[in-house]
Amino acid sequence: MQIELRDHTSLLRAGMAPITAVFATLVICSALIVWAGVPVLEAYALLFKGAFGSSFALKETFTRSIPLMLTGLAVAVAFRSKFYNIGAEGQLYAGALASVYFGTGFIDLPAFLMVPFLLLMGALAGGALLLVPVLLKTKLKVDEVVTTLLLNFVVLLMVSYLIEGPWRDPMAMGWPQSASIIDNGVLPALLAKGRLHAGLIVALLAAVLVWAVMRFTVLGYEIKAVGFNAKAAEFSGINVNKTVVYTALISGGLAGIAGVSEVAGLKGYLTLDLSPGFGYTGVAVAMLARLHPLSVVPAALFLSAIYVGADSMSRAVNIPTYIADVLVGVSVLAILVCVMLTQYKIRFRQ
Amino acid sequence: MPTLSFKQITKRFGSLTANDSITLSLGDSEIMALLGENGAGKTTLMNILFGHYVADEGSIEIDGKTLPSGSTEAAIEAGVGMVHQHFTLADNLTVIENIVLGTESLWRWRHDMTAARRKLIDMSEAYSLTIEPDALVADLSVGERQRVEIMKALYRDARILILDEPTAVLTPQETENLFITLRSLTEKGLSVIFISHKLHEILAISDHVAVLRRGKIVGTIKTVDADRNGLAEMMVGKAVTRPRLESMEPGAPILTISGLSATSSNKLPLLKRIDLTIHAHEIIGIAGVAGNGQAALADVLSGLNRNYSGSLELHNKTLTDAGPSEFVARGIGRIPEDRHARGMIGDMDIWENLISEDLRSKKVSKWKTIIRKKAAIERAEHLIDSYDVRCKGPLAQTKLLSGGNIQKLILARALSPNPDFILANQPVRGLDEGAIAYVHEQLFAARKRGAAILLISEDLDELLSLCDRIAVIYQGKLSSALPTSARTVTELGLMMAGQTIQGSFESERDTSLNSNSEIHAN
Repeated sequence: MQIELRDHTSLLRAGMAPITAVFATLVICSALIVWAGVPVLEAYALLFKGAFGSSFALKETFTRSIPLMLTGLAVAVAFRSKFYNIGAEGQLYAGALASVYFGTGFIDLPAFLMVPFLLLMGALAGGALLLVPVLLKTKLKVDEVVTTLLLNFVVLLMVSYLIEGPWRDPMAMGWPQSASIIDNGVLPALLAKGRLHAGLIVALLAAVLVWAVMRFTVLGYEIKAVGFNAKAAEFSGINVNKTVVYTALISGGLAGIAGVSEVAGLKGYLTLDLSPGFGYTGVAVAMLARLHPLSVVPAALFLSAIYVGADSMSRAVNIPTYIADVLVGVSVLAILVCVMLTQYKIRFRQ
Repeated sequence: MPTLSFKQITKRFGSLTANDSITLSLGDSEIMALLGENGAGKTTLMNILFGHYVADEGSIEIDGKTLPSGSTEAAIEAGVGMVHQHFTLADNLTVIENIVLGTESLWRWRHDMTAARRKLIDMSEAYSLTIEPDALVADLSVGERQRVEIMKALYRDARILILDEPTAVLTPQETENLFITLRSLTEKGLSVIFISHKLHEILAISDHVAVLRRGKIVGTIKTVDADRNGLAEMMVGKAVTRPRLESMEPGAPILTISGLSATSSNKLPLLKRIDLTIHAHEIIGIAGVAGNGQAALADVLSGLNRNYSGSLELHNKTLTDAGPSEFVARGIGRIPEDRHARGMIGDMDIWENLISEDLRSKKVSKWKTIIRKKAAIERAEHLIDSYDVRCKGPLAQTKLLSGGNIQKLILARALSPNPDFILANQPVRGLDEGAIAYVHEQLFAARKRGAAILLISEDLDELLSLCDRIAVIYQGKLSSALPTSARTVTELGLMMAGQTIQGSFESERDTSLNSNSEIHAN
């Protein structure tokens, strides 16, 4: 078996790649469903219905996609410059901490100022947290995968300490949770019923903004140039370290905003289970989107649908919710293989 | 019966036919030269022989027996040995360890070198190849490393030795030594395939020459019947004349380098008190064996390394502490050594690569923030046209271009702002004849309009035909730059090997500088 580079990649083939990947994922995972003793088509039908089947389901899918869009964007931007930020989870919690610190009585502004102020503070907190690994990388060449990943646990322990100690809400009957965000700081609901909130607009705006920066600006050019070929970028006169620092600030900032949006939009206060791994799933979102900022939106919706749908499916039939994690994992592998096959072909000899 | 024969070998990569029904045969004790430009299919053919690739059609026979395709083990078993252009030695192991590596079973109880040592000593006597078995490879010179590579092949009982561009890294004297070795090997019955694009070497060493062009054999002739021009024409397909240097009076000094020293990150000296002044209308060549400080000098002169002592002055104004963008803005054009790794970003479009050196200029971006794509594409169209870049247009991806066209893009980016000083580091390495002539023409045009040019090259012929003056770099020291007419190949070769010739390396020889060669002597 030999792998050969294709002369060119047709648009049709490139467009078919994600669809083929989704289809392949469903086929591969059907083995597990059969193993669980449930008819495959019924299970997938339940999953689909759970994600899109009712207005409640749709609202849930959209609500859950908000943090995924933001962490997906955070990862996509960073990976573009080959800065492997695996710490979106920690940066999300850093943003959440900032929203609690500034949003529970530190200051009270009118809502149209308070909400942007909290988003800004969250972005700064996320960016500041990522500054540690990025400076270690640019100054001392410390591998950022290790530092960003390990910082996640540091931040999580910090959150645990704060909400069980100094920041615990005295009104929470002893539950480890922070005080609630003041009314002016809450992200407004988008629809009369359900949990969908203005975080969706923030996430969509962020996607468009990141896309515009990457496509039209000198900074976007520099981020891409550093990612493609740092040596050539340096030779051309691009300041590689400065570019990586800017990239990290944007990336950490986006993840931090995800934390604000979850606290001020959805939960109202900070708990230790604010994020069921949105930061890590953000890596999957970014890979599915092939690091393209606009594709992050459908990719996040797709993964969100799997999680929401799988929850609902597992309630209806006897399949553990872990199937969602398997589906997400397999879909990322499938998309990577499919994308490779748009660029290479496999030839079997003899 | 020939020792080795290729029968109708065809290999395709997608739409490209790299080898088109190639038939060749090599007899006992013969040296066959394989001549062809980059991309003519020489390396592909050797990779098929060595089992790295499988031919789509055709077969290879050794001593009349068909060689199983796609198996490196079978090729070695049949007596094929390959010496790659880039050595495949482990620096931290000794000579004998490198030679034995891979021939021993991993499932052995102890590490017994006695038999290996005996075989190695017998071999070096038989082929009069002197080598110290216990020397560390890191301490060997390039010529010695190549000898280890040859020994490695012989240790595996090779009878057919393939040498891929073996002289690229050697001084003329080391090349002469290699030729002596090759002749003694063929006297003992070995056959050699010698891959090269250097005509005078092929004429000096081979028995017959096979010329490849675009994957096809265009002719096989006896070396005694061949001449330089005829071979060049066969290789290129048409008569190509490289431009000649017009004599010209040098103008005012443009770049003055004084007392330039630089050290590596682990404090080893790379450049030692270099002094050089380059004038308008002047091309100065830097000759030297790879790894003697050329890269360090190029890094300083491209603005990449600011960690040096001494001074750089452009038009009598110091350049200290300026980075690549300031260098470009102040009128320095830079052609990097590695056009793929440093020169262009392959994954970006052509128009994007052509603005990379002045991203924040008014022509390229609004408020130093938003890229003026339309203007950038117009610039790209203009440059593609005036530098004759063969491509689909400004929006094509850069990595799809051939090496020659990528080099034209680099020239376009570096030379179109009419820089006063041009650093050209190995500007024609790996290019075909047509592209080489084009690059030389562009450098001559820049010289004519008054630019000062520093040309770093490992190819003495190129330096002798292009430069007004030539200096030699050896272990970080630069000799004085003497007029080309006062230089001979022999003299330059000796200087490249570090021999002091009157008027070359400044009088006293720094001891720390020669620590490396002292290790060899021991």
